[in-house]
This record gives sequence, C-alpha cells and structure tokens, in this order.
Amino acid sequence: MPVINSVRRVGHRVVDSIWRLGVASRFLAMTLLQSGTSFHRFQLIVKEMFSSGVMSLIIIGVAGLFVGMVLGLQGFETLKRYGSESALGSLVALSLVRELGPVLAALLFASRAGSAMTAEIGLMKATEQIAAMEMMAVSPIARVVAPRFWAGVISMPLLAALFSAMGVFGGYVVGVVMIGVDEGSFWSQMQASVDFREDIINGVIKSFVFGVAVTVIALFEGFDAPPTAEGVSGATTRTVVESSLAILMLDFILTAFMFRGV
Amino acid sequence: MQRTTLDLWVGAFVVAGIAALVVLALKVGNLSTYNVSETYQLSAYFTNVGGLKPTASVRSAGVLVGRVNSIVLDTDRYEAKVTISVDQRYQFPKDTFANILTSGLLGEQYIGLVPGGDEEMLKDGGVFRKTQSAMVLEDLIGKFLFSQSDSKE
Repeated sequence: MPVINSVRRVGHRVVDSIWRLGVASRFLAMTLLQSGTSFHRFQLIVKEMFSSGVMSLIIIGVAGLFVGMVLGLQGFETLKRYGSESALGSLVALSLVRELGPVLAALLFASRAGSAMTAEIGLMKATEQIAAMEMMAVSPIARVVAPRFWAGVISMPLLAALFSAMGVFGGYVVGVVMIGVDEGSFWSQMQASVDFREDIINGVIKSFVFGVAVTVIALFEGFDAPPTAEGVSGATTRTVVESSLAILMLDFILTAFMFRGV
Repeated sequence: MQRTTLDLWVGAFVVAGIAALVVLALKVGNLSTYNVSETYQLSAYFTNVGGLKPTASVRSAGVLVGRVNSIVLDTDRYEAKVTISVDQRYQFPKDTFANILTSGLLGEQYIGLVPGGDEEMLKDGGVFRKTQSAMVLEDLIGKFLFSQSDSKE
C-alpha cells in the first residue's frame, strides 16, 4: 500500500525531528552545565573568538557598509516623493539598528562561522578525536563545544553592532556625501527617532538570542553528524538552512514582543 | 600568562565591537540628549494631546529645553495631564504658554513654550495655566466647511 507507506514516512520524519529537538535541548543544557572549564581557561574561548568573531569582521563590515549604502539610495528615492529627504537618517538608522543589523549579521555569521564549526566538529568526530577525548576522560562538551558556544554568543552582539555602525556610515556616505542631504538634519532626525533603550538595547538582545540559536544549531549538527564525508557535508548544509530559518522565525517572535508600538 | 598575537586580535575585535555600540548609543541614539543636567518637573493640562508621546521634545524659541515624561488622563477634569522635565538652566515665567506643535507638515509633535511677562517663575511641580491643544486635522476641516456654508447663506 503506497498510501500507508507515505503516511508512515511522514510520521517517521515528524517523530524523528521532535526526537532531534529533544536531544538538541539536552545538548544545550549539558553545554551550559559544563561551561565552567572554558571560563577557568578563558584562553579556549579567546582562541575560538578569533576564528569565529575576528575572521568574520571583514565580511560583516563590508556587508554592513553596502547594506547601508543601498538603504541610503532606496530610502532617498522613496522619501523624495514626499519631500521628506531629511528623514533619511532616521530611516537608515532605525531599519539597521532594529532589524537588518542583528538579522543580517546573524545570517552571515551562520554561513561563515556556523558552517565552519559544524564541519570542524563533524570531522573531529569522523576522525575519532571526540572518541579519543572520551577515552582520556576529557569531556568533549566541556573542551570542544562549550568554548565555541561562548565565543559565538559573545561575538554575535559585537558583530551586529559593527554591522549597524558600518551601515549607518554607508547611509551617511550615500545620503550626505554623494546625494547631498543636509548633514545636520540627517544626524538630528536620526537622534530624535532612535531611542537607546527601545531600539539599541533591543537590537543587542536580538543578536544575543540569534547568537545562542546559531551556535547551538551549528554545534549540535556537528556533534550529531554521521561520521562519514557525506554525513559531515549534509550536517553543514543543515546548519546553514536550519539556523537561517531559526533566525528569521525568532526575529518575528522577538519583534512582536519588543516593538508593539505603544 | 603567556601573550599571543591571537589575544591582540581578539582584544581589538572586542574593542571595535564595544566602540560600535558606543557610537550607536551616542551618535545614532538619543542617549547624549538624555539627562545631561539636573531637571525639574512641570505639568500642563490639554483638552487634546493629538499624537504627542512620552520622550517628545519640549522647545522654547526652537531650542530643546526638556522632554515629555508622561501623559495620563486626569479623571477629575477629563483632560490630558502632561508632565515634562525641564532643564534646570532654563526658568520660565508663570504665564508661559504651553502649545502642542508639529514640526513640519507630517513631522512629530512637540511642546512649544512661549514665555509671558510675569515676574514670578514656575517652580518644580508648577502647572502651566495657559495651554493650546494639538491641532486635529479633522476638526480644522470641519470648521472650514462650516464657515464656508455660513458665508454662502
């Protein structure tokens, strides 16, 4: 019976993904419980911050600059119709600080650093380095996973802030230097509409949540990958897909909580 | 502890990230305009506040002198009670006008203070006696149509 078989397959996939979700939650709990080592030996976190945070600096900066420049151009074209070009500053800054900064920085981080984390851990598992650690009574979660987790969680808000700052600079270059919007009204309208607590702190909270989500997904996929070449490549793909979807869905939920428009 | 070049890079990264946050807070956000100095509280009653919101600016002669703290409905008078905090450096006479104005045609609303000629100054907790409510476009159009039909008869 092909119908029953396909129903069975759907059911199997649903049960399997719920199972994986449960294992991933236990994995997060274990990572949090065993992160003492990585704070005692902070050098472990610093090393991982170099590979996930510092190495992402260039892509984040360049992407932020260009996103801000595009916002400046597009925003100017639209605002010009209503004769309110002076609001360009607040348009660029609000869209970057609230949405584009945290979300795009997290998407870039997921594809640049998240995929690397998955591949690294997957390969460590395939070459039985993880098993060797367990043999030596070294917890791979404490030694390998937790430092990477905390490095990602610390790096993400910093990268998002850099993205937003570069974007504002890009919007300034296009809007003020190239098109010729009045510099004073650009900055003053921006400062009048961007609130520190309401917008900037909420943006930082968003990127923190995205950082947790991306690193947990990346590390779990790596840890859970079948120890074959195919398994590692599949896990890397799943990391990028799942963390991108998680970022966008979490963004909707967080936005609904944060900006209800008093 | 041994120092490596890696530490230098990570340190530079953290400094850059924190600097970006500070730039966002001071240059992009309004943190620099908050509580720069001591303030005192004044309040005013309006029959209609329109689109005025907390943290809206309070200006006199176009200069920022304070911010709106809270807007509540006073059920004794059924009017909106607007509390504002004004910079300690600026004192206003007792017969100062508080008007709700709009910056530009579609801009945000703010409170404009027009000083009177009284010798005495408003103190902390003082109340503006003369206020002018927000301009509501529908009311204006209604009045305009009414006066048009009046003049034709």
